[in-house]
Amino acid sequence: MIAPLIAAMRTPRGLVTVLLLAVLAALPLLTQAFDQRYLLSIGTRIVIWSIAAVSLNMILGYGGLVSFGHAAFFGIGGYAVGILSASGVQDGWVQWPVAIVAAAAWAALIGALSLRTRGVYFIMITLAFAQLVYYVSASLEVYGGDDGLNISRSRFSGLIDLRDKASFYWLCLVLLAATLWFCSRFAVSRFGFVLRGARSNDQRMTALGFPVFQYRLVALVISGAFGGLAGVLLANEGAYVSPAMMSWVKSGDLIVIVVLGGMGTLFGPLYGAIAFFALEESLKPLLDLLHKGWGEYWQIVFGPMLVLVALYAKGGIDSLLGRRRHG
Amino acid sequence: MDYVLIQVLNGVQLGLLMFLLAAGLTLTFGIMDLVNLAHGSLYMMGAYLAWTFITWTDSFVLGALLSLPATFALGVVVEAVVMRRLYARDHLDQVLATFGLILFFNELVRAIWGPAGKSIAVPAFLGQTVEILPGVPYPAYRFALIVAGGVVAILLAWLVTRTRMGMVIRAGASNRRMIAALGVDIELLFSLVFGLGAVFAGLAGVMAAPIASVKIGMGDDILILAFVIIVIGGIGSIKGAFVAAMMVGQIDIFGRTYLPDLLKTFLSPAAASGAAPALSQMMVYIVMAGVLVWRPTGLFGQRQ
Repeated sequence: MIAPLIAAMRTPRGLVTVLLLAVLAALPLLTQAFDQRYLLSIGTRIVIWSIAAVSLNMILGYGGLVSFGHAAFFGIGGYAVGILSASGVQDGWVQWPVAIVAAAAWAALIGALSLRTRGVYFIMITLAFAQLVYYVSASLEVYGGDDGLNISRSRFSGLIDLRDKASFYWLCLVLLAATLWFCSRFAVSRFGFVLRGARSNDQRMTALGFPVFQYRLVALVISGAFGGLAGVLLANEGAYVSPAMMSWVKSGDLIVIVVLGGMGTLFGPLYGAIAFFALEESLKPLLDLLHKGWGEYWQIVFGPMLVLVALYAKGGIDSLLGRRRHG
Repeated sequence: MDYVLIQVLNGVQLGLLMFLLAAGLTLTFGIMDLVNLAHGSLYMMGAYLAWTFITWTDSFVLGALLSLPATFALGVVVEAVVMRRLYARDHLDQVLATFGLILFFNELVRAIWGPAGKSIAVPAFLGQTVEILPGVPYPAYRFALIVAGGVVAILLAWLVTRTRMGMVIRAGASNRRMIAALGVDIELLFSLVFGLGAVFAGLAGVMAAPIASVKIGMGDDILILAFVIIVIGGIGSIKGAFVAAMMVGQIDIFGRTYLPDLLKTFLSPAAASGAAPALSQMMVYIVMAGVLVWRPTGLFGQRQ
């Protein structure tokens, strides 16, 4: 246990990863010690968004499919919890599987239609389908419509109380670790290699006899299931679901996180999520320091930063840490 | 019957407006192979610039006319500063960069014009109704929109299919490298096409302003509808954009006006009024899904 850990810390990538995971694991204790409770809620959001970003990375990074509708899985996962909770089903053992299956089913449906197309068409169609879910959720007057729905958190009686912020954070972190573990197996599996091969040249993979469409569809379903899980967690984090959680801006944010961190790398989405939220939280006070009131307009700075990332920083944060392991 | 006619006209008017937006988008896709999410921002900027100019000049027509060269200039600047570097990149980079531009423009508008929306009044000389048929009144402004939109659509069709510049544009859409090899100044062409697309987007924004409100993010929702239109019509095809825009216009109006009544014929009134809004929003997307299953590159798109 200890020896490989020390070996891992010899490379800059290993050192950063181990330190990062250590800080993440100890975050509730740290925020309590320094009396910065606010940071714990940011930390929780970072971890949840990381799960979603890792799930997007499975199809975007490894599969090369630019899905611009990933926030729909957030929304479906979240609304499944919200709707079940509003109809009196509070048990997490029911809520969570239903939510994850619902998100995976949606992924299968849109995948069957949108994977028939490629390139720009695929981007547009995933975006359009996500908007469809958005509009449907906004028109669900019974469940709050545009205003969203306050829910009570899922119950896992006797096991864990999600209302306790530290326990909830640790639960999210364990789920992130499980997602990362799955992704690491996924990336080096035969399945993952077929997917990555199809990213480079899908005609060749087809010629080799691989049913590329089916592989991509399965990848999208897996990705959607994890996206749904992130939605479940997001709904429990705020005890609230609303159409805003699946607006197309959120899908864009997720792409930003994955590219910022490093596409097709294991820890890239995690770095990306940390950088994204750190930028959001630090740009505001920085700009306010420059001139009172400017902090409100932080996106005037953030927008052009994205343009620069797109133009000049393709490898993302992960590439700063040396050679890539996957991809 | 009169009611039906009015609704059909509303659909035509919405369709023409969407066509103005989709035409620029489909050209930049087809010719530059560029996914421009920020096209909706140009629509928004067009409306806000028009608001400023109308407030200055106190005249709708003058303000609207002034806003056109302004959006053209804005489009050319955006092309020169950002877009030009993106043509050779993959679609993901383009999505990311133009997403950044949307955030920038939305926030810029909030910083300059403030968070509250603006309203542009319908110009006084178009404030009445016109009789389209004896005894059937129709708002004059909407009627003017149809006329203006129709004229611009014909102008665009003429430009693309009948002029030398249009010939080069169409050639560029089918083979960019070939026309560069034939000695066409491709950088100039790209700037021009992007600027043109910006003007049409801005014009759509100005025209929509008196019937919708001028607000931050106004371009984002309508942009997604424009994407649906060019996906249905086939990327790069002006004809496809026109046909699809007309279809979407009619579908949208139909969904809003008739669907609730239609559903009531076989659902309880409560269930019908609950399902109708959701279903009418979905209809456009269902049509898109249907078209793509039938033809994955849209109605008039190039076959793979």
